[in-house]
Amino acid sequence: MRDSNWRILTRPLIDDNPLTLQILGICSALAVTTSLDTALLMSLVVVCVLALGSGSISLMRSYIPHSVRIIVQITIIATLVIVVDQVLQAYAFELSKRLSVFVGLIITNCIVLGRAEGYAMHNGVVASTLDGIGNGLGYSLILVIVGALREFFGKGSLLNVQILTPTSQGGSFEPLQLMLLPPSAFFIIGGIIWYIRSKRPQQVEEPEFTLRRQQPESK
Amino acid sequence: MSEVIAKDTTRRALGVAVTVAFVCALLVSAVAVGLRPLQKANVEAERIAQLELVLEALSGIGRTLSIEGLDARIVELGSGKYDHSIEVSTFDAQSAAGKPATSTAIPADLDFAGIKRRARHARVYLVRDTDERIELIILPVYGRGYQSTLRAWLVLDGDTRTVRALKFYQHGETPGVGARIEEPAWEAQWRELPAYDDEGVLRIGVRLHAGAGDYSEFKVDGISGATRTTQGVDGMMRFWLDEFGFAPYLQRIREEQADAG
Amino acid sequence: MNALFELLLRSVFLDNLALSFFLGMCTFLAVSKRVGTAFGVGLAMLVVQTVTIPLNNLIFTWLLAPGALAWAGLGEVDLSFLRLIAFIGVIAAMVQVLEMTLEYHVPKLHRAMGIFLPLITVNCAILGGSLFMVERSYSFTESVVYGFGSGLGWALAIVIFAAIRERLKYADIPDGLQGLGINFIIAGIMSLGFMAFAGMG
Repeated sequence: MRDSNWRILTRPLIDDNPLTLQILGICSALAVTTSLDTALLMSLVVVCVLALGSGSISLMRSYIPHSVRIIVQITIIATLVIVVDQVLQAYAFELSKRLSVFVGLIITNCIVLGRAEGYAMHNGVVASTLDGIGNGLGYSLILVIVGALREFFGKGSLLNVQILTPTSQGGSFEPLQLMLLPPSAFFIIGGIIWYIRSKRPQQVEEPEFTLRRQQPESK
Repeated sequence: MSEVIAKDTTRRALGVAVTVAFVCALLVSAVAVGLRPLQKANVEAERIAQLELVLEALSGIGRTLSIEGLDARIVELGSGKYDHSIEVSTFDAQSAAGKPATSTAIPADLDFAGIKRRARHARVYLVRDTDERIELIILPVYGRGYQSTLRAWLVLDGDTRTVRALKFYQHGETPGVGARIEEPAWEAQWRELPAYDDEGVLRIGVRLHAGAGDYSEFKVDGISGATRTTQGVDGMMRFWLDEFGFAPYLQRIREEQADAG
Repeated sequence: MNALFELLLRSVFLDNLALSFFLGMCTFLAVSKRVGTAFGVGLAMLVVQTVTIPLNNLIFTWLLAPGALAWAGLGEVDLSFLRLIAFIGVIAAMVQVLEMTLEYHVPKLHRAMGIFLPLITVNCAILGGSLFMVERSYSFTESVVYGFGSGLGWALAIVIFAAIRERLKYADIPDGLQGLGINFIIAGIMSLGFMAFAGMG
């Protein structure tokens, strides 16, 4: 049974989110979410690469022999990332410098290759492109939430606009230093997962070992 | 779900791989070449912005200047002399440091900054007073931090012995820990710090171990939790103010000043 | 010799790719249910890392670095911008070879790893290791040591993680946190723990 196009687009937002369910794309989520603007730009770039990448790989899927499929997929993805990186350097230089290495690391972002290998190689162009956009948006959702929380509690600002004045500048807000360190991203995403699965119990994983209640001894 | 499996022969695999590689290479080159002018303009704009950071550092010590007020020169680091054959505005120290022809390898026992090679030349900025005497010397310094290269402007007084400011304009250290080297409070410790003792021996650095130790009047406090970063700052300062860095140049300035009377 | 040993220790503990630089997290979180599988994945990573980093070092030194092509009379050429794609090419080829070997000789492990075996190609830890090698200008010998050490460190981290998960199997974890949620939190605490190594001289 084929999903409708709308469903393909919206499923990865919550029900099949790449970060919180498929376990893809984690590395960059930890590194670029120290502030909201880098998180936003990264999200935009990932959506573009996912859409174009999945779309073009799907277009060529009947011509790629099985033995070289990984190399071919990566070459296409790498090309897209390099092109996007060049465009960023030309039109958004400041922000691209902030992202620096991480744009290049999109090549290794598991979501891109994961969706290419797992979906685009077996589905039509329209479906694959929509799937790419959908997964990109799901990824962006988490990134934006984490970025906003980390920047707000770590620096007191949002999009570099100071909202709470930190004590180092004479205010009363004591920034949570932990928010600027990567482990905080782990904890926040763990919390988001907890929240999502409380609302969507079907995502809850089966525990491997169920504790059983002891029957009280009858006297 | 239509699934046409491509014939998996060696020839086919090779053919597809080569074609994809070729098309992608073409695409990347076209984009790179086409966008290069825009990117160059951006780099130039950034260089100006970095200069303005220097000026900001100067205004922090009470001197406000414009870019035009800076006297930019190319110094040949080995001899300490000005090199007039190199175009001042287009000189790129970073790329020069990467090419064997325009850079020198640093002996391992002298490589305090951990940079292995450095360019033969550097662009320095001089601020002169109304009598054309050197008031401030602005030197670009860099070194290996914990997880990134630390880049800073070192502003020396015209006497070539006292630090007036140390402003970091680029680094990738851990926020909240190593990144605190750019905080005003830490940076202020470098103001008016003498670099050399009375015998002219280089003593400046970061106090890395607890306890007063020797020559602590030449040292700034470390940052707790940022040991590796501050070690990098210490090494950076010791390198660039020593014989393989700007020391020959500073020596020439002193001689020049002595001659001028 | 001393310096090489120090490099080895540093790449396993201080500069641990998984817990200090957060590289290779996807595989880390997904394939660590059993210590046995984790060990297999760790071993695969170790092999790939130990082979690709020295290989990439040779390619960079003799083909791509500025002035590298001097032996061919092309000393002016600077191909370092090709390093990303060259490294990935080497890594992809290596992983494809590894996949075919595993499929033939150890099919159980191959099945257990699923999609995450080809994903070693894009494992940021592998590419990151090669990029660090370039950034820190390691020699060939240092690259061999670093490749082995960084792979070993990553393998060590994933095995410890799997061991913790196996113990936590018997804990009463809230439904929403079961599985992935608690894994994130464990990883966060582990990385906080490894940050303690950062203070060592």
